[in-house]
Amino acid sequence: MSRKPTPPVFLQRASYRQRRIRDAAKLMPFLGIILLAIPLAWPSGEGEEVIGSEGLLYVFGVWVVLIVLTALLSNLMHADASLSSKDTPDQ
Amino acid sequence: MMSFNALIVVALGYVVFLFLIAFLAERRAAHGHSNWLTSPLIYTLSLSIYCTAWTFYGAVGYAARSGLEFVTIYLGPTLVMVGWWWILRRLVRIGRAQRITSIADLVSSRFGKSTQLGMIVTIISVIAATPYIALQLQSVTLSFAVFAQSEGVSWDQPDFIATGMWVAIGLAVFTIIFGTRNLDANERHHGVVIAIAVEAVVKLCALVAVGVFVVWGVAGGPGEMLHRIDESEIVLWNQDGGRWISLIFLSGAALLCLPRMFQVLVVENADERHLHIASWAFPLYLFMMSLFVVPIAVVGLDLLPPGSNPDLFVLTVPLSEGRDGLAVLSFLGGFSSATSMVIVATIALATMVSNHIVVPIWLSLQGNQHATMSGDVRHVILLARRLSVVGILMLGFLYYRISGGGTALAAIGLISFTGAVQILPAMIGGIFWRGATGVGAAAGLITGLAIWMWTLFLPSFGTDAIISQIVLENGLFGVSWLRPQALFGVNGLDPLVHGILWSMLLNTGVFVVCSLLTFPAPLERLQGAQFVNVFEHSNAAPAWSGAATGAEDLLIMAQRIMGSKEAQALFTQEAARQGKAGYLPEVTPDFIEQLERVLAGSVGAATSHAMIGQLIGGSSVSVEDLIAVADEAAQILEYSNRLEAKSQEQERTARALRAANDKLTALSIQKDAFLSQISHELRTPMTSIRSFSDILRDGDMNENEQERYAGIIHDEAVRLTRLLDDLLDLSVLENGQVELREQTGQLSDLLDRAVRAAGMHDGVLDVKRDHETEQLTLITDLDRLTQVFINLIANARKYCDAGEPELVISVCRDDDGYAVDFTDNGSGIAPENQELIFEKFSRVADGSKAGGAGLGLAICREVMHRLGGEVTYVPQPRGAAFRVRLPQVTVAGALEET
Repeated sequence: MSRKPTPPVFLQRASYRQRRIRDAAKLMPFLGIILLAIPLAWPSGEGEEVIGSEGLLYVFGVWVVLIVLTALLSNLMHADASLSSKDTPDQ
Repeated sequence: MMSFNALIVVALGYVVFLFLIAFLAERRAAHGHSNWLTSPLIYTLSLSIYCTAWTFYGAVGYAARSGLEFVTIYLGPTLVMVGWWWILRRLVRIGRAQRITSIADLVSSRFGKSTQLGMIVTIISVIAATPYIALQLQSVTLSFAVFAQSEGVSWDQPDFIATGMWVAIGLAVFTIIFGTRNLDANERHHGVVIAIAVEAVVKLCALVAVGVFVVWGVAGGPGEMLHRIDESEIVLWNQDGGRWISLIFLSGAALLCLPRMFQVLVVENADERHLHIASWAFPLYLFMMSLFVVPIAVVGLDLLPPGSNPDLFVLTVPLSEGRDGLAVLSFLGGFSSATSMVIVATIALATMVSNHIVVPIWLSLQGNQHATMSGDVRHVILLARRLSVVGILMLGFLYYRISGGGTALAAIGLISFTGAVQILPAMIGGIFWRGATGVGAAAGLITGLAIWMWTLFLPSFGTDAIISQIVLENGLFGVSWLRPQALFGVNGLDPLVHGILWSMLLNTGVFVVCSLLTFPAPLERLQGAQFVNVFEHSNAAPAWSGAATGAEDLLIMAQRIMGSKEAQALFTQEAARQGKAGYLPEVTPDFIEQLERVLAGSVGAATSHAMIGQLIGGSSVSVEDLIAVADEAAQILEYSNRLEAKSQEQERTARALRAANDKLTALSIQKDAFLSQISHELRTPMTSIRSFSDILRDGDMNENEQERYAGIIHDEAVRLTRLLDDLLDLSVLENGQVELREQTGQLSDLLDRAVRAAGMHDGVLDVKRDHETEQLTLITDLDRLTQVFINLIANARKYCDAGEPELVISVCRDDDGYAVDFTDNGSGIAPENQELIFEKFSRVADGSKAGGAGLGLAICREVMHRLGGEVTYVPQPRGAAFRVRLPQVTVAGALEET
């Protein structure tokens, strides 16, 4: 009988910011996949332009970027917001 | 040089230290000081069991052989952790909501608490984990051997085997003591978790220490190190992209599917917020673990004689440099990696084996006198779990012994991962797709298992060990499409990539197709909805109905699983909630549901469901039950709809009553006013008649005066008569005693007559008519109708207050027939009076102007009612309009006229 209260279309600035932080958190793995797919285009084998320590630095650099960004996002994210059992549809 | 015996002492001392820490943690937790035990830091560190001895030692060897490829093993988990919002968050929430005890429990619970699925997942997990456990035993024995060899003692096969056996026994003892102490997996193994956390710190410190020593101690700084890396013989990037992508996928999926990872990620998770921290802290841990791998490999290749095993560089590099302390630390790191992995893997697998294989079989062997009659289930389950621990370690040890611990074993890490990952489609499908069915999941799992066995696992024993060279080259039964490493004629792929590709593709494909084709059981659909929509509603739909069992039986059973104190507490609490004294609550479906969840925390969803099912009698949810539930809901809905309708109706009636009451009150006031008015009206002519007749009687007046007075008396008498006539007329009309005389005539003639009779000749009111439309032949009582017209025209003449009064008479036709409108240009009738004007004795304007008794419109209404038409007031923006709807029968002949 009781109709579901329709979620508001527009949000307060703070909760809007939270939504976007969650969006960013959701995008993180895709950023990682793209950055880690770049080595696929590197020349392989033992030719002239063999990838040496710079390849190592690139992969570990990407790793650091992912860790730092995730840490940043999870610090900005309010724990309560994600914990509340009502997960409103994202908009 | 450190003696081998000293190393044994150090290792034993470390083990005692771990026992002590685990023991203290359990004690503290028992006293309720478990806050720091459930911190995000401990959670993150416990995840480190992902880094086993295979990665601790093997990563360096891997890097020495294949360059950068070793990082894929850490990059996959990093991506999964970084994307925790997608899968891990959901898994953890489901794990908490459904009291999931293991990955087998997750799959079985999702697909209708199916025992068979639990068994399949358990079997896959055990097969996949056994070589991995063997690998750990091998690592530890190899690291012992390194120290023995450095003393000049060369180990033979029996030495390896003996060491492996002692390690396995030690691990079994630790696991049984701390891992199977309590039954409820949700109560978490504090001792084990804290020991693992300490071990995580030890192995990180060890690897970082060796790395720092190598970079700064041997190479002379990071710049030098990078230079040495460029110079070294290791080819960092030399591979096909397929392996890079496949291995990242494989390791990421393994993080979710390995039973031990599921145990620490989901089951031991105390708080969802820990995921926030672990999402970056665990990748950071992995980063630290792999940062120095390449430097150690490069330096090892430089320093050590050719042919040394690169898998042991972490140990042999410090030893060759004479750093005994560092070597021992590194040994402890490797030892920690191996033991923590084996302990958790064994706990996870033992839980699965006991909950999904031993207990269901035991229950079915018990027959139908079931849980209440037999002995203490709690002991049986704990015993099953302890035996499973021993059994799993024994399997691992046997595998190690049979495989001979050679290099063949080293390659099996990734193959073991691939086996575990076969659970991925069922798991991901189960938590995201409501259409996934148990049949689909089982078919997919079995397909995946078969392909994995055929393409990777069986060939891993070496050619001619199980699969002969001929089959490998020509395929099963000589069918080339069934070659283990070139299925369907796909040649030239790396065997591992080939195995991952085909097993995952076919597994997922079969799972999806079978899910699409089959129809899930009712309980499956309920569970599916709860898993997929875990964030919308975290509480369960009622799964039990018609409970026909006593609370006592349930209590007895619960005591046997949970222990009597906990069970009684639970029952007392429920009884108190229901408002009953004592400890036996009403057996409501809700309560059974709750009890099942609690029991599921101990023995898994499927077993708990089966046990309660035995008590309650048969299956819990049938289609009929669901229909009944739906019917009940529909009935409630209908009933409440009816109530609502009824209350609306009552409200309407009340509104009508209020309106009627208002009208009556107004009428009564009017009637009072009218009575005083009519007495006045009757009294005025009477007074003049009496006084003038008095004068006439006295005589003494001339002819003229006499005539005038008689005229006045006559006029007054006529007025009285008219008033009385009106009253009489109305009374006759209202009583239905009037006789109608039907005649035929033209509407225009009637209107002519009415206008004339209403005294329009004085030109006070300008009447506008349209003679064209008035050509209608009427068959009705023409005199009565004319009377109505006269009345309306006279009213307009009397009441129209415009400067130049005018009346428009128009005929209109609508769906219901013909109507004549009388519209004037005065100020109209106020809305509050519109209701009253047709009532008897009502007069809107003040009496002096009216000159009538307020009966005209009442008479009109009665007349039209008798004639079968009606007269209504039509509100106008300007002026008053009365509409006379002509009786239906009167339109005859209208067409011929026009």
